[in-house]
Amino acid sequence: MGRGLTPYLFVTPAMLLLVTFGVLPILVAAVVSLTDMDISGLANRDNVGFIGLDNYQRLFDDPDFRDALLTTGFFVVLGVPSIVVLSLGVALLLDRGDGRFVRALRAFYFVPAVTGIVAISLVWGYLYNTQFGLFNYLLSLVGVEPVQWLSDPALAKFSVALVAIWRGTGLNLIIFLAALQGIPRVYLEAAALDGAGAWRTIRSITLPLLRFAIFFVTVTTMIAWLQFFDEPFVLTDGGPLGATTSASIFLYQEGFRNNQFGYASAGSLVLFVLIAVVTVVQLRLRRPDAQD
Amino acid sequence: MRRTDRRLRWTIALVLAAGAVITAFPLFWMLSGSFKPQREAIDFPPTLLPQDPTFDSYTQLFTDLQFGRYLVNTVIVVLIGGVGVLLMAMAGYAFAKFEFRGKRWLFFLVLATLMIPVQVTMIPTFLVINGLELTNTLVGVALPTLVSGFGIFLFRQFMTTVPAEMLEAARLDGAGEFRTFWSVVLPMSRPILAVQAVLAFIAGWNSFLWPLIIATDQNSYTLSVGLALLNQQISVDPSLQLAAASLMVVPVLVVFVFCQRYIVQGFALSGLK
Repeated sequence: MGRGLTPYLFVTPAMLLLVTFGVLPILVAAVVSLTDMDISGLANRDNVGFIGLDNYQRLFDDPDFRDALLTTGFFVVLGVPSIVVLSLGVALLLDRGDGRFVRALRAFYFVPAVTGIVAISLVWGYLYNTQFGLFNYLLSLVGVEPVQWLSDPALAKFSVALVAIWRGTGLNLIIFLAALQGIPRVYLEAAALDGAGAWRTIRSITLPLLRFAIFFVTVTTMIAWLQFFDEPFVLTDGGPLGATTSASIFLYQEGFRNNQFGYASAGSLVLFVLIAVVTVVQLRLRRPDAQD
Repeated sequence: MRRTDRRLRWTIALVLAAGAVITAFPLFWMLSGSFKPQREAIDFPPTLLPQDPTFDSYTQLFTDLQFGRYLVNTVIVVLIGGVGVLLMAMAGYAFAKFEFRGKRWLFFLVLATLMIPVQVTMIPTFLVINGLELTNTLVGVALPTLVSGFGIFLFRQFMTTVPAEMLEAARLDGAGEFRTFWSVVLPMSRPILAVQAVLAFIAGWNSFLWPLIIATDQNSYTLSVGLALLNQQISVDPSLQLAAASLMVVPVLVVFVFCQRYIVQGFALSGLK
């Protein structure tokens, strides 16, 4: 075996898998989106017909798809700022409070990030339960009527988002903490010598130095919320009355409940383009201050 | 000055402690509920701790329901994930320590896959797995996420620091290429290997979307799918469902307690992406 062949032997298995499940799907989606493929097409290729751009036409006329996109937009607007502010705030506090006690507390904040979403959504489902849930019990203690956390269409959006915020904070908290540890102590000491208070130091030194971390967390969190799926799937299955049907839930329902593979593929490409555009726009906006 | 300083410190510690309790509360609620008898679980007002703790729900998961099978399936999926970590390490090694034709282009491909969101590949991946006749198999469940561009990237970054002399020395000693990788490169990469193994364990254990799509037959369900469908089948049996949820969460918590360092490191590294 010559050295010339060795790198290919090492690289091939992983690349094969990566191409099959990372690159190929986009091409397959593009082709399938131009067909009327459904469950019968899955069994027999002859049942698949080429229909050009009809799926895309149908998508843009489909009020359900439009609603799903709007719902996704709502989740992004609610979820992204909440997670960024919350995880940054807690990270600043955790970073300030040293000592063994505060150090031990960190683990509690990290835990939600590693727990399985299905299990967690289920627990929250019971906390939200209208008849015997804990939240309504706590409300009843202060004399508030039972609240329909998950069956009131307007409220359900918030209830579902809250679970995702609870779960998404831990990961970003870790990223912020790592970035905070990268700030040279001399900067903070210099600020203290100049008589700057805690709040002032955070505003004029810490936050500017965290700019990249904040930017990174914002972009990745936004991408995650544009794909929002697990929480509404388990908690509400997109209901009530489609109030929590995000774009991803819509695609899942069209694809795997109604077996409209062609139609759902077209939708998935639209979502892909949307995510790509949002990401590129953010990267562009970021460029002016890239040289810090 | 000193006094306000100390007061501030105490306030911060208190706020953080309160936040920690609130954050961890749903997990406590899950464990507590899983030991309640069914009747107590739907009591109003709810009890904080089980008055009459019982293991019945856990027993029921394994006797009346097929959670033993789901548990085994999940473990198998996680083990297959371990193979994925090895494949990523191999690829990372090749990118870090060899020059070969097409290397730059292939590495670009690796980075490009980082930008393709999972949900978008949902249907095509199902079609590919279906085409390979791997639906309803555990290999089919594990395959779509077996390797990730990010994992390969991390291995490459780390392995560029392995000194070339070490590799040369091993080769001079007559070790074959795979032997060199196995007994020189891998042991030296233990820190990144640990991070990736722990992350792969958590991802495989918790994975939901792919098992949901690819496993439609009871026999190939993983815990997450079994749990999600239990949610839809049984109307109101909180204890049973919370027991199933605990079965899914507790192993990850145990891993978290012992490997917190690696998990935190891994998540912090994802900030490099």
